[in-house]
Amino acid sequence: MNTAGQMRGWLRADGRKGIRNVVAVAYLVECAHHVARQITVAQPDTAHVIGFPGCFPNPYAQTMMERLCTHPNVGAVLLVSLGCESFNRYQLEQVVRDSGRPVRTLTIQNDGGTRATIAAGRDWVTQQAAALAQAPSVPMDISELVVGTVCGGSDGTSGITGNPAAGIAFDKLVAAGATCIFEETGELIGCEEIMASRAQTPALATELRASVAKAAHYYATLGYGSFAAGNADGGLTTIEEKSLGAYMKSGQSPISGLIKPGDIPPRGGLYLMDVVPDGEVRFGFPNISDNAEIVEMMASGAHMTLFVTGRGSVVGSALAPVLKIAANPHMYRRLADDMDINAGRVLEGEATLEQVGAEIFDHVLALAAGAQSRSEELGHTEFILTYKSFEPIGPACLPV
Amino acid sequence: MTDITTDPRLLLLAPDDTVYVLRAQIDAGETVLVEGRAVTVPHRLGLGHKIARQPVAPGGKVVKYGAPIGSASHAIAPGDHVHTHNLQSDYTPTYSLDSAQAHTSGSTG
Repeated sequence: MNTAGQMRGWLRADGRKGIRNVVAVAYLVECAHHVARQITVAQPDTAHVIGFPGCFPNPYAQTMMERLCTHPNVGAVLLVSLGCESFNRYQLEQVVRDSGRPVRTLTIQNDGGTRATIAAGRDWVTQQAAALAQAPSVPMDISELVVGTVCGGSDGTSGITGNPAAGIAFDKLVAAGATCIFEETGELIGCEEIMASRAQTPALATELRASVAKAAHYYATLGYGSFAAGNADGGLTTIEEKSLGAYMKSGQSPISGLIKPGDIPPRGGLYLMDVVPDGEVRFGFPNISDNAEIVEMMASGAHMTLFVTGRGSVVGSALAPVLKIAANPHMYRRLADDMDINAGRVLEGEATLEQVGAEIFDHVLALAAGAQSRSEELGHTEFILTYKSFEPIGPACLPV
Repeated sequence: MTDITTDPRLLLLAPDDTVYVLRAQIDAGETVLVEGRAVTVPHRLGLGHKIARQPVAPGGKVVKYGAPIGSASHAIAPGDHVHTHNLQSDYTPTYSLDSAQAHTSGSTG
């Protein structure tokens, strides 16, 4: 296992460091998705497809794409536009250029259509990939890492093995000065008081309570039952019990701040990400699948995501590695090839939560030092971004 | 943390918890030790289900992960299976397929 001393990153102009150095190939409307994907097929490890499918403008999507294209793991950006979509490609290109990264925009309607745009894109990506392969790296400290966590495909084991083990790893990372982000306020209903008691300031405690109340109202309006019948079959009795299981991912550290997708935490510590949109309910469910949550973590600078799963999710992500933590020992045996960590050993008396937490921590450092996660080895680069709307966070949300 | 006189299949998540969590299935008719007390399990309990560690009076809080997960709707004795029949949310009622089935059979007479 690699140690922190071997961690190296690529230094960006804004002072952040990347643990990967990839070319982001970004489609700016679904109509350009095929061309973007074809540009990357020859270099799946170096060139990752991201994008926004909508033709109508959305400030949230614009901000997310700007943050993702200037993510520390990204070394160069190719924008692929159809030409007539509403996305502000000029602003996005300027933001990337201002970040010091090489950037180019291809516009299918002006650049000769599908075949010619793919050829031009492949040439550009090949040049950039060669340059990135030669780019020098610099030493990187744990305190410079940003790590997110999500859970998906949860079952009765998630809250007693994988999630608390991830929480122990979070505590170790926060103690070493790293930035850790947990999320999904809709699955923290019932946890608001214990969460508020961990806030570093009384004003932040008020903000944390308010974020869960907003989520409860939002989901009630949608008629979304966040407690499925299968949860009860798996031994979970109440929504607060299910929430507490998810909450375990946050560990025991004080909560330093509350951020929204795309907000970059100003310093190390533990942050809650409020993923539920502000204002009236529109555009549907807050996050339509697990990758939407991973994308929001990345937009806030997460170098990697810890993904706890009981039923057995297999996804990875574009741009930033996903570390898969199996909560259920039976599922682990079926999907071992997809899983990085078997937290289910806790149930079988083969390991303690402390041991699994330490194992996750070691894996985080190894990934940061260049080791590949299982989903990376398998070529998973899922990505999804849809419409949302947010108000800016209040002044009490960030540490002073 | 678990008492030596407690069945190793029962997992205590936090010192103040009123319930143990099953780390393996327990079959109907099996006798398990709960802090020295022998309890016969009336029906099969799957991985992740809960068995009471301490008595909870109706209206009292059931604690798991060191935090309340709802209130007892009926008296809970040590060794009891703790689930939707004796524990209710302090937020929103729990919908299960059992209750849906009961509702359906009721309406069809």
